Amino acid sequence: MDANVSEATPEPAHVLAPLQAHCAELLGDRLLDARIAYDELTIEVPGQRIVDVLTVLRDDPGCLFKVLLDVTAVDRPENEQRFTVVYHLLSMKHNRRIRVVVATDEFTPVPSVVSVFSTANWFERETWDMYGVMFSDHPDLRRLLTDYGFDGHPLRKDFPLTGYVEMRYDPEQQRVVYEPVKLRQDFRSFDFLSPWEGSGLLPGDEKASN
Amino acid sequence: MGLTTVRDQTGSAVPATPATLPAPTDLFARVDAGLKDEGFIVTKLTDLVNWARSGSMWPMTFGLACCAVEMMHTAAARYDLDRFGIVFRPSPRQSDVMIVAGTLCNKMAPAFRKVYDQMAEPRYVISMGSCANGGGYYHYSYSVVRGCDRIVPVDIYVPGCPPTAEALLYGIMQLQRKIRRRGTIDR
Repeated sequence: MDANVSEATPEPAHVLAPLQAHCAELLGDRLLDARIAYDELTIEVPGQRIVDVLTVLRDDPGCLFKVLLDVTAVDRPENEQRFTVVYHLLSMKHNRRIRVVVATDEFTPVPSVVSVFSTANWFERETWDMYGVMFSDHPDLRRLLTDYGFDGHPLRKDFPLTGYVEMRYDPEQQRVVYEPVKLRQDFRSFDFLSPWEGSGLLPGDEKASN
Repeated sequence: MGLTTVRDQTGSAVPATPATLPAPTDLFARVDAGLKDEGFIVTKLTDLVNWARSGSMWPMTFGLACCAVEMMHTAAARYDLDRFGIVFRPSPRQSDVMIVAGTLCNKMAPAFRKVYDQMAEPRYVISMGSCANGGGYYHYSYSVVRGCDRIVPVDIYVPGCPPTAEALLYGIMQLQRKIRRRGTIDR
């Protein structure tokens, strides 16, 4: 295979396996689970140890994951611990990526990692805003994206798409006001059956097949 | 011969309120001829005011999303809004028209209304693109205003997602036309 092509493709499993073994050795009992899927390494750690784990992953010479690319969450309401907080890390030195996940629920705060990566400040604020995951010891845990005084966390699965309130200008009060949502037209679910994507038999085509 | 007549090239009076407005080139020819012929022209004050208003509409720069890029295209060299006397202003107090270019979010709406309130009369609003017209792609979203006409009164709606530079230019010319059609100074 061409050398350039192999450089560009994601790390295959045999490249990630030594990193996985190294993480297992490094983290010991802090490592709850480690798996390689879709050529990506994911490790799960206990929520209360996340600051410790990220510090080790950042400073260990075999890891040097010095870039925190993203902090976000996944909502699975059917789970007892409905949220999975996800940290994506990049090692410029070793050209490796790793995903660290932590399970939590809406009442248990996750320790903030702002002391390890200062960029986590706004990432955690966004995660709080969108999912309602709490972070303890965060210097300024306010909403980041939604309106001031917004109620609810929009990316939770139980939050309706259209929300609860909508906005208009009230000429009497001379300001914009929130009101309960009144949709003039119901939400439309579009039919995405396309003849160009080989979706099989289209409605009305049954007779033509004979 | 009073204030309500306009002289044409031959010197004969034309009706003060023609059924259809004269094309600008025609108007220029008549003004030019009047100046050459007599050194002055006689016209209605409302016509003069509306000519001045439609000839120097300064828009408040209010780009909110991708429509703003098309608005920039309209202002740039190819379509060149400067030739209409349209110059983007950074302050609502210097503006006559606001081009709402993009998605209006709930969080932006109070600031949007405040900027509109700060504009001096007469003021006009052009709603540009599907999102500003009626929420568009984000109509069912929890965080988007379903059309900027819920916040301010709108004069011209330009459809498209985003509208082409030509479409916005057409909308601006429609607004000029709307201003010229008004027979009064007040608004």
